[in-house]
Amino acid sequence: MAIVVDRRIGFLDRLYLPGILRGMWITLKHLFRRKVTLRYPEQRWKFPEGFRGVPALVKDQEGRTKCVACYLCQFVCPPKAITIKAGEMTNKVEKYPEEFDINMLRCIYCGLCEEVCPEQAIFLSKDYEVAGSTRTELIFDKERLLAIGGVREDVIMKWAEK
Amino acid sequence: MSPKTETPAQSTGIIGPRLSPESERKVQDALKASDEGIFLTRLNDVVAWARKNSLWPMPLGTACCAIELMATAGPRYDIARFGAERLSFSPRQADLMIVAGTITKKMAPALRMIYDQMPEPKWVIAMGACASSGGMFRSYSTVQGIDQIVPVDVYISGCPPRPEALLYGLLLIQEKLQRGESARKG
Repeated sequence: MAIVVDRRIGFLDRLYLPGILRGMWITLKHLFRRKVTLRYPEQRWKFPEGFRGVPALVKDQEGRTKCVACYLCQFVCPPKAITIKAGEMTNKVEKYPEEFDINMLRCIYCGLCEEVCPEQAIFLSKDYEVAGSTRTELIFDKERLLAIGGVREDVIMKWAEK
Repeated sequence: MSPKTETPAQSTGIIGPRLSPESERKVQDALKASDEGIFLTRLNDVVAWARKNSLWPMPLGTACCAIELMATAGPRYDIARFGAERLSFSPRQADLMIVAGTITKKMAPALRMIYDQMPEPKWVIAMGACASSGGMFRSYSTVQGIDQIVPVDVYISGCPPRPEALLYGLLLIQEKLQRGESARKG
């Protein structure tokens, strides 16, 4: 059975003004609340600990590249963004990355490379604005990744002679 | 009386006022000095300025990047500050295609059609890993980068990129536009 709903509106609602005033009251209240806006190029977002940005290589406190080109990150990388070419050294460490490219257009910032790295040589940095006009300029090579990563204390001490 | 006899065979030079020989030479020198003449280059700058501050994006959202695109249009990041708040859901009224999401090979003809329907001049942002390079979908069904289908002006890294990264890409597009560059040839 059809139910007839009475949709006639009263005089105040037909006047339209009370509705507008109620709406403007909400607008006025929001003027004095905490601001939610962010003026992006001037203000930056404060990221929490553990934020996953651009992956970057790091050096130890004596300026040596910590990566030993073990290829674990290349194997674990889900989109296969990492390409490593290993080089040989005569000292105790034996291997170093001759080339270390990360294709930033493939990278999905998942952090598996950081998790898997046995030397703690690759970290996800706090940078997140990466854009460019060509695809080749967004393949970051070793020098660029080291420049992003900076220096981290070496806790593994693989260089020390025993 | 046929129109043929009415029309003179030679141009009479009625279009525009005739210049004196000196003025003609000055104009020719100015045109040689700059390819388009001082008036036209200034005008180009003004037109580019107007265009870059009123880009109308065509949101081509097919995956999670579209969520970030919506967040960019929302009040916190507010793409309207750059004049691009009018997300045009019709390609006929759009200048900037933001391809946000995975483009499968079935989607590719539709993408190209939407691009062709946009009026010139037009720009393209490939937002996120999938649109830029295929991302983690190295599969037979996914287009490995939309630059195989349409010319792309700016690639944005991320999966998905943060709204700030998209705004940064938009700023790059604005710079390119002011310089008069475009990935589109011809």
